[in-house]
Amino acid sequence: MTRLIEVQRLGIVSYSDALELQRQLVELRKSGEIPDQLLLLEHPPVITLGVKTRNDRSHVVATPETLQEEGVEVFESGRGGDVTYHGPGQLVGYPIMDLRPDRCDVHRYVRDLEEMVIRVAASFGVTAARLPGLTGAWVGSDKLAAIGVRIARWVTSHGFALNVSTNLAHFNLIIPCGITDKGVTSLERLTGRNLGMDEVADVTAREFAAMFDRSFATPSAPLVPQAHL
Amino acid sequence: MTNVVMPQMGESIAEGTIVRWIKKVGDSIDRDEPLFEISTDKVDAEIPSPAAGVLTEIKVKEGETVAVNSVVATIGTAGEIRQSGVSASTTVPEAAVGQPEASDAPSPEDAAGDSDETTSETGEELRRQKSSPLVRKIAQEHKVDLAQVHGTGLSGRVTKQDILGYIQLGRGEARPVTTGAPAHEPVVPAGPVYKPGENVHVVPMSVMRKKIAEHMVLSARTSPHVYSVYEVNFGRVAMLRDRKKAEYEAGGAKLTFTAFIAKVAIDALRQFPVVNASLDGDNIVYKKDINLGIAVALDNGLIVPVIRNADEKNLLGLSRAINDLANRARTKKLNPEEVQAGTFTITNPGIFGALYGMPLINQPQVAILGVGSIDKRAVVIDDAIAIRPVCHITLGHDHRLVDGADAGRFLAFVKERLENFDEAWM
Repeated sequence: MTRLIEVQRLGIVSYSDALELQRQLVELRKSGEIPDQLLLLEHPPVITLGVKTRNDRSHVVATPETLQEEGVEVFESGRGGDVTYHGPGQLVGYPIMDLRPDRCDVHRYVRDLEEMVIRVAASFGVTAARLPGLTGAWVGSDKLAAIGVRIARWVTSHGFALNVSTNLAHFNLIIPCGITDKGVTSLERLTGRNLGMDEVADVTAREFAAMFDRSFATPSAPLVPQAHL
Repeated sequence: MTNVVMPQMGESIAEGTIVRWIKKVGDSIDRDEPLFEISTDKVDAEIPSPAAGVLTEIKVKEGETVAVNSVVATIGTAGEIRQSGVSASTTVPEAAVGQPEASDAPSPEDAAGDSDETTSETGEELRRQKSSPLVRKIAQEHKVDLAQVHGTGLSGRVTKQDILGYIQLGRGEARPVTTGAPAHEPVVPAGPVYKPGENVHVVPMSVMRKKIAEHMVLSARTSPHVYSVYEVNFGRVAMLRDRKKAEYEAGGAKLTFTAFIAKVAIDALRQFPVVNASLDGDNIVYKKDINLGIAVALDNGLIVPVIRNADEKNLLGLSRAINDLANRARTKKLNPEEVQAGTFTITNPGIFGALYGMPLINQPQVAILGVGSIDKRAVVIDDAIAIRPVCHITLGHDHRLVDGADAGRFLAFVKERLENFDEAWM
């Protein structure tokens, strides 16, 4: 029997609110009170530091003044990986999913997320791939989607960030993931088309469910009052 | 007292880095309460405590990387608290190694001559006394000073493997005496691999690549490999395969040559238990189960899924198991236990057209069967030239345990069974 997943389209959510929401959902998922969740949202401009860099900001190249001018927040997150940027036009997906019993392999989980994003790109005519040794989905040597994951008792949080129509100039504020010799790109740049966020989110939800063998459940009442977000 | 180990977070994951201790030594903790956070690749995980009690010792500090299943902490009662980094097992022998005598870099002859005069307090003497007579004999024959050899055995004693590795490494000239590195660390090339400005592209090795590299160096260094190659007429097997293919497909299994070879190899392992064995120090461990590993090439590496109790399966069951494991290996859907506990391995360099291969043994096994390409060749049968599909099979074997005669008998058995494959075995 395929397991259910609730897809929640949350629109624009601040990074700190999304962290808190994830924290609550992870607890609810651990105790089995809710089914698996896929949160789809966008963040206001924010630079996030993974656990590897929480005490080292050398990969944030912009000065605090520039960041303030550009209206970009800096945030320490609990996820894996190095520095990354989120902002409007980037589809962020946070699966809150119990990997037990049959998917207890963190590498496999990350590879599956990569494969899922590659399939989303393919449905827009973009051929993305993995780069050996690097996480994420790449087109040539440009990163199309970033992946950073956290797992607690096999319940996932954090996830993927797919550049749909992201302001790519904002990536110049950081060295993404600490990798110096690679660039970034977006679906919009690659297709030359204006893609609606809803359209990409639809495809992502579909590919996600297929990849992880889940079927959609209609979300019951919102789990956290929308006013809080 | 409960040992807390670095968990296995995935099939291809060999190690993990501790990024944060959530609890301090002396803190009490409940079972399943978050204890520490680890990082592998881009994934971070929060690890719950395996037991309730008091965190008595942290053995691995934040930022350190250790192999899966290494003990990282202990949980016990408040009375057992210990400060980190002073566990007894790492003290006495190591501390004694930095003696002035060792830093004088004596020639091997000098060192051997001096050894009787050193006091019983030195690490050298400790090691000499604690090492087995065999190790001391090898040391004497090769004029090796045991104090110069890093011991990986109990209380730092030098094992046979340590000393053989040391001798093979050219007496460890490049190795600083005071390091505590294991005997099987990768060999460092003599010169730089590339110069600054050279037209190269540098990519870090994946965890799987590193694991393969370590495993292969270990195997080459552990086992004196010897090879025998036999030519096998596959005429009968090819005929049987063509005849039964459709029947097997109806049963949901692809009938491959590998399945025939696996069946016959399993029978041969039953017949010659020395090939289905391991060495443990001075003991020979005969494995009563036949757990057959089948090497599967992946895009960026290889993996050896294992068919447990392969001798309990018929040809149909073997075909199914081989197809299933190979498919799941390629789609990275194997469970960790499906790549463990192999007792013998079959690998197939012939897929890419190699006439035959010279594979390295999958440690701690003692032999590996390589299958070459199957091609039509002119063969002589009853003084007439005939065209038959021919395959070359190689047995790579560990000469510490398996002699040429054993390998010959094993391969002759395999050849005979393949050339006269009985339809009743299907």
